[in-house]
Amino acid sequence: MESRIFDELREIVGPRGLITSREELHTYECDGLTNFRVLPRAVLLPDSTEQVQKIVRVCHRDRIPFVARGSGTGLSGGALPVENGVVISLTRMNKILEVDFANARVVVEPGVINLDVTGRVAPQEYFYAPDPSSQSVCSIGGNVAENSGGAHCLKYGFTTTHVLGLEVVLADGSLVHLGGKTLDAPGYDLMGVFVGSEGTLGIATKIILRIVKRPECVRTLLAAFPSTNEAGAAVSDIIAAGMLPAAIEMMDNLAIQAAEAAVHANYPNCGALLLVELDGPAAEVAALMAHVQEICRKNNAWEIRVAQSDAERALVWKGRKAAFAAMGRISPNYIVQDGVIPRTALPNVMREIGRLSAEAGLRVANVFHAGDGNLHPLVLYDRRIPGHEEAAEALSSRILELCIAAGGSITGEHGVGEDKKKMMPKMYSEPDLETMQRVRCAFDPLQLSNPSKVFPRPRLCGEKPGEYVAHPLETAGIAERF
Amino acid sequence: MDASVSSKATANTFEADVREIVTAKYVRTAGESDAVAGAQPSLIVEPGSEQELAKMLKLANTVGLAVIPRGGGTKLEWGNRPERADVILSMARLNRVIEHAWADLTVSVEAGCTIGKLQETLAKHGQRLALDALWPERATVGGVLSTNDSGALRLRFGSLRDLVIGVTLALADGTVASSGGRVVKNVAGYELPKLVTGALGTLGIITRAFFRLHPLPKETRTISCATADVREAQRLMLAIQNSKLAHSALQICCGAEMQPRVDVLFEGTEAGLTAQVEQVKSMMGSTITDAGKDVWSARQEICSAGKKGNAEFAVAKFATLPAQMAETTETIARLSVATLRWSIVAQATGVGWARFEGETAAIESGLRELRAEIERGGGSLVIAHRPAGISALDAWGNAADALPLMRAVKWQFDPRGTLNPGRFVGGI
Repeated sequence: MESRIFDELREIVGPRGLITSREELHTYECDGLTNFRVLPRAVLLPDSTEQVQKIVRVCHRDRIPFVARGSGTGLSGGALPVENGVVISLTRMNKILEVDFANARVVVEPGVINLDVTGRVAPQEYFYAPDPSSQSVCSIGGNVAENSGGAHCLKYGFTTTHVLGLEVVLADGSLVHLGGKTLDAPGYDLMGVFVGSEGTLGIATKIILRIVKRPECVRTLLAAFPSTNEAGAAVSDIIAAGMLPAAIEMMDNLAIQAAEAAVHANYPNCGALLLVELDGPAAEVAALMAHVQEICRKNNAWEIRVAQSDAERALVWKGRKAAFAAMGRISPNYIVQDGVIPRTALPNVMREIGRLSAEAGLRVANVFHAGDGNLHPLVLYDRRIPGHEEAAEALSSRILELCIAAGGSITGEHGVGEDKKKMMPKMYSEPDLETMQRVRCAFDPLQLSNPSKVFPRPRLCGEKPGEYVAHPLETAGIAERF
Repeated sequence: MDASVSSKATANTFEADVREIVTAKYVRTAGESDAVAGAQPSLIVEPGSEQELAKMLKLANTVGLAVIPRGGGTKLEWGNRPERADVILSMARLNRVIEHAWADLTVSVEAGCTIGKLQETLAKHGQRLALDALWPERATVGGVLSTNDSGALRLRFGSLRDLVIGVTLALADGTVASSGGRVVKNVAGYELPKLVTGALGTLGIITRAFFRLHPLPKETRTISCATADVREAQRLMLAIQNSKLAHSALQICCGAEMQPRVDVLFEGTEAGLTAQVEQVKSMMGSTITDAGKDVWSARQEICSAGKKGNAEFAVAKFATLPAQMAETTETIARLSVATLRWSIVAQATGVGWARFEGETAAIESGLRELRAEIERGGGSLVIAHRPAGISALDAWGNAADALPLMRAVKWQFDPRGTLNPGRFVGGI
C-alpha cells in the first residue's frame, strides 16, 4: 500500500483513527481463535457510517481487501486480517441510537456490547434475548456477522430472530437498508442472508433489534446423572412431553471438574449434569417444573436442586458460562469445538467421541446445548509434548466428521471463518457451495469484504449481467407463444 | 451444456423433449383456468422427482421458456402479472412427508405436500408446524414458503423464516443445491432457506424443506373483548404486549360495519392458562365476549375470494409498527368512507390484512393512497388480490435502495429470467 493511501485514510478517520505501527497492529492480528495470526497493513477506527463508506470506497477503488471487526471474541477466525488488507474496527461506533418500548425495538450501532442492550432496557423489564457466553464483551455487529446463539436460543431463537433491519455498507461503498422496523419489507429477505454471513457481504453500520419482555418467573433446575446417556434420555423425555424450556444444558464429568476448579459453582461430582431452565407465567412454570423433576428422577438423577433465588440461579449459570475458560485449570491447552447433531444421535456420538478420545490418548470434555443438539467438545492437550497439538487438531476434526455423519453441522454458533472452511466440502456438495457463492457475487463481485473466509474456494464473479436475452419466439417472430 | 439437453432443443421441440423427461402422461395442455394473473400458459408439466424437475427446468431455461411454479394454486394471483408464462410447473407429485424425526422435533417434506397433510402427519406424534397458513387443505409447503404466508401464531413462534431450517432448490440452469438441514442450529454457510422464503419462486424452485417443529398445545383458550374504538383496541393490545402474559396470538378485528374486537390466544397447561385468563380479563374490563376459537379464521375470511353482489374486491397485506395500528386503521376508514366497505385483521406484530369491497376505481385510489401513507410511516403494503381492471397496479410497493442488490441476486440465480419473470418486486 502506498503512502498516499495512508494519507487518504488518515484524512477520513483522523490521526487517532488510523493505526499503522507494528506494535499496535499486533493487537489485531487474531480474534478469539489465536492459532491463526496475520498482521494487517492498517487498522481503521471509524466513528460514523459516512467514514465507513469513505474507507470502503478507497478499498474498492484500489482493490484493498478489508475485514470488519467488533470486539474480536469470535472463535473461528472470522475477524482474522487478510494479507495486505486493512481491518475496520467498529468499536467506536458504540451508541444505542433509539429505544422504542411501545414497539419493542432498539436501534444500535455495531460496536454496542451485547449485554449493554439488556442493561439499557432492563429498568422497563425488557431484555435482548441472544446471550452468547461472551455477552459482556462481544458486540452486536459481531453477533450479526456470526448469527450468534447462546444458551437460551432453544426457546428464544438466534441473533437472526431478533434482528429486524440493517443499514449495510456494501463492498463498493454504497449504502443499503435491508429489512426495517416493520416486518416483511417487500422483496428478498437479504437481511436474513446477511445475518451469519461472517462479514463477507459487507459491513453493518446500524442494526434494528427486537427486545423481549422479561418472563414473570424463571426457575433453574440442576440434576446429577450417572452418565450422559441417562441425562440425554431425560432431555428426550422432556421434549417428548411437549415442553420447550428456555435452556437445557449438559456437562460431562470432566467439564464439571473444570468448572468446579475455576468458579466453585458447587456442582455435584457426577457423570453428567443437566441444567434445565423454565420461564413464563408462574403457575405454568410451577406445573412444568414438577414434571421435569419427575422425568429426571425416572432417568436416575440422584440429586436434583432447583435454584430458588436469582443469586442461586446466577451461581448455577456461572459454572456453565465459565466452562470454556475453566479448561485452563485442568489442561495447559485446549481446542474449543462447535458441532451440531440431531439430539437423538447423542448417545452414539458420545460413545464415538469416547472411543476416538481413548484412541488418540487425549481427554475430551463435553459441554452441550442439549436442547438444540449443539455440542461443544473441548479437546485437551499439552503443546509442549511433541505431536500433541497435531493429534488434538486431528481429533477435533474427526469429531466434526461424526457430526456430519449424524446429519448435523460443523458449526452451530461459532461460524466457519478461517478455521472450518476446509470442512465445508465435507458438509456441502460442490453445487451447494457454488449456489451460496452466487449470493456473494451479487453483494461483492470483487470479493473484497473479508475474502478467503467461509468458502474453501472462491467463485469467480467476473461475468457481468449480459444484455437482454430475447425470447426465442420473439426472435422467430411468432406472435402466439408456442 | 451437458448431454441431457440436446443442442437442437428449441421452444418448438420443448413439448416433445419434456415428454421424454417426465413421460407423456405428465404433460398436459393448459386451459383457461390455468391462467396466472391474466397470463395464459401453454403447457402443464408435472415432474415426479427432483431430478426430472431439474432437467425440465434446464431445458426450459435453455430454450428460453418462462416457467411458473404452482403448488395448490391458492395464492397464484399474488404478485404482478407475469411478463411471460409458457409452462406451469406443477408440484403435485412431489408431495411426500419424507421424514418426521419427532424425537428431534424436525420434519423433511417435499414441496408439493399440502400443509394439511403435513400437520396431520405431525399430529400423530403430538407435534405441529407452528404456522396458521391460509387454506391449509390445499396450500402446499412450497407455495406457503414462496409467499411467506403466516398468520396470528407468528407472534409467538415467528414466521416461516424462523421455522424453516433447510431447503433443497432446483435453479433455472438445472443446478440442485441444498442449504441448512435437519438440525435447528446451524451457521455453516449462507442461509438460503431465508433467501427463498417470500421470493415467489423467482430464484429457484423449492423441492423440499426441513422445518423445526413445536409440540401441539395441551390446552388452548381464546378470550375476546369488544372495544369502543380502534384507539382503545390498540391501547389494550399494547398493554397485553407489555405485560408478562405468555400469549400465543393477539389480533384486532374491525370493519366498516364492525366494532373493534381484540382476541387473545393462550396455549399451555390448565394451571398456567387459568391464571393468565384471569389476568387478561382484569385488563379487559367488563366487555369480554365469548367469541370462541373461530375468531382465528378472520384472516382467511378476509383473504378468501368471492364477490358480494356486483361489488369488486381487493385484499392487501400491510406492515406497520404495532403502535401505528390504530392510525393505519383510521386511515383505512377515512379513505373508504361512503364508497368502500372495508374490514381488517391486524396482529400485534404490526402485520395486518385489509379487504375492500366496492367500485374498482374507488378501490384503486384507496389502495394507492393507503400505500403512500403507510410507506411514509416506514411500513409497506402488498396487494394480494385486486380486481381485474386494475391489474397494472403494482403488487409490491417500494423496495427502496435495496432494489439494485435484489436485481443482482436475481441475475446470479436466474440470469435468463426463466422463473416467474416480472412477477416480483421492481419487475424482477
